[in-house]
Amino acid sequence: MVRHVMEFERPLVELEDQLAELKRLDVIAQPELAAEIASLEAEVEMLREALYSALSPWERVQVARHPDRPKTQDYVAALFTDVVELRGDRTFGDDEAIFAGLATLDGVKCMVLGHRKGKNTKENIRRNFGSPHPEGFRKARRAMLLAEKFQLPVVSFLDTAGAYPGIEAEERGQSWAIAENLATLSALRTPVVVVGIGEGGSGGALAIGFGDRLIMLENAYYSVISPEMCAMILYKDPARAAEVASSLKLTAEDLVRLRIADEMVAEPLGGAHRDPAVVYQGVGEAVLRALEELRAQDIDEVVSARSERLSRTGMFVEGE
Amino acid sequence: MPISDWFKAREGRRYTVTSTGTTELPEGVWVKCPSCKHTLYQGDLVRGLFVCHYCGHHMEVTAPDRVLSLADEGTFEETEPGLTSVDPLGFRGDKPYAESLRLAREKTGLSEAVVTGRALLGGHPVVLAVMDFRFIGASMGSAVGEKIARAFALALSERRAMVAVTASGGARMQEGMLSLMQMAKTAAAAERFTRAGLPYVTVLTNPTYGGVTASFPVLADVIFAEPGAMVGFAGPALVEQTTKQALPKDFQTAESLVRHGMIDAVVPRQELAETVARVLDYLSEPGVPESAAGATCSVASPGVRGGE
Repeated sequence: MVRHVMEFERPLVELEDQLAELKRLDVIAQPELAAEIASLEAEVEMLREALYSALSPWERVQVARHPDRPKTQDYVAALFTDVVELRGDRTFGDDEAIFAGLATLDGVKCMVLGHRKGKNTKENIRRNFGSPHPEGFRKARRAMLLAEKFQLPVVSFLDTAGAYPGIEAEERGQSWAIAENLATLSALRTPVVVVGIGEGGSGGALAIGFGDRLIMLENAYYSVISPEMCAMILYKDPARAAEVASSLKLTAEDLVRLRIADEMVAEPLGGAHRDPAVVYQGVGEAVLRALEELRAQDIDEVVSARSERLSRTGMFVEGE
Repeated sequence: MPISDWFKAREGRRYTVTSTGTTELPEGVWVKCPSCKHTLYQGDLVRGLFVCHYCGHHMEVTAPDRVLSLADEGTFEETEPGLTSVDPLGFRGDKPYAESLRLAREKTGLSEAVVTGRALLGGHPVVLAVMDFRFIGASMGSAVGEKIARAFALALSERRAMVAVTASGGARMQEGMLSLMQMAKTAAAAERFTRAGLPYVTVLTNPTYGGVTASFPVLADVIFAEPGAMVGFAGPALVEQTTKQALPKDFQTAESLVRHGMIDAVVPRQELAETVARVLDYLSEPGVPESAAGATCSVASPGVRGGE
């Protein structure tokens, strides 16, 4: 499998390759190599630390989009048991860009939702690279209402570049499907816990992406618009996405500061794909903790707190 | 000039026979219709609600002009006129966001991209929310979202109908995620309102896109659009570029939305007030005297769902 190298980690990868090359040589025959390897190893370690411990917002967006990054289906497989997938919107079709299913997390029966990117090109074509059509959102809405009916908490994983900007998606009411989900989520009488695991692309993410808690992975992002498109609109130059990514305040850290997200789950140095098991554990614990808190409350309290949370989102002045 | 003064200046005047035209263009200017290229006299245009009398093209209307064309004469009372945006993220773009806001206020005389208020419409007590595309493309940031949410809350507490007239490029990207969350906030406000059994009518006008389309407007009980209005989630350029397909000829037009079952009707601007009023004749709550603007109603309306 071809390794995906992000632009900013290229110098590190080159060093790592050199190191691997050296290690292939016969160290017994050339004892002086051992010292060289040790010094290069130290250098690689230093560079890795320097590179990954202070990622810029734009670099985090690239990590969030890394093809090897754990996906919704990985979290479902790692954390949940007894999974029953639910398919179809009962109106038009089944959109594989969105997963919906009954699943159990450490004994807690849940309704799981998530954007579903593929692991390879074939899967990605079937799943439209995780960009839903209206029927995907409508399937999710069906699952939300079912969750409400049987008092199952909803756990939703966000990982989409956005709702699909296609002809048929528009003709079948993309805006209508998203808006209906927002209305449904806002009043759903069961707890809703959202986890940003990768990309949080605008309305397509929001349609299954707000509730009683928002947990963000360290390198996940959530944004009103993609940095590239924002740069196109502002400067007619997508290459300025890096500076725009900083302006948009789209990182987990930014969103915790803005009080849109509740907590951040740390990732291993270099990103979740470097050691997924650590991340699954962190996410599992955070979700369970949130579910425990929410399930201890009366559902009226949960729903009214969600309402208040939405009402106070925004910054403005009253004036005059 | 604050909108309250703007209205004061126009007090006692019928919107159909305004003598000074809009705030944008002085009297006596000739305007070229962007669609058929005919030259139109500004005075005629104002009298015709900015619809070209040669080809029927519906031109952009400012929020104050729109309010005058919908509200019964002299009944509009603006709410939250001073509520306005700040620059919460210190957003740097082609120009600082704070500067864009200042320019928009100067250009429009409005404090934000939506004007809200109480009014009578065909005798029905309503809350009107009208967006003004001149104000940063009527994009929805925190202030627009808050004004919309408060408009729904006001309509709910005074048991008025809600009438929203939209035009927008989408969420206001200069406020980042705070803007995206306004979609959820306004949708929640619309949902709360609708569950109280009160009527909600939306008029989609050219252009309405993105995060605005996909939130409160399309949750209405009855949805109208003006002829030729472009309405969608993703803009046509993005759709074309992503799909690499030729777009259908009337893609995202009001007319095609009717065909695809997304809206109830395309209504010419001259007939809008009358048409919305006719809908409210049917959907008005039993027990609310239609003439009692501002009166609250003691008759509780049953919720849509049980147990609430």
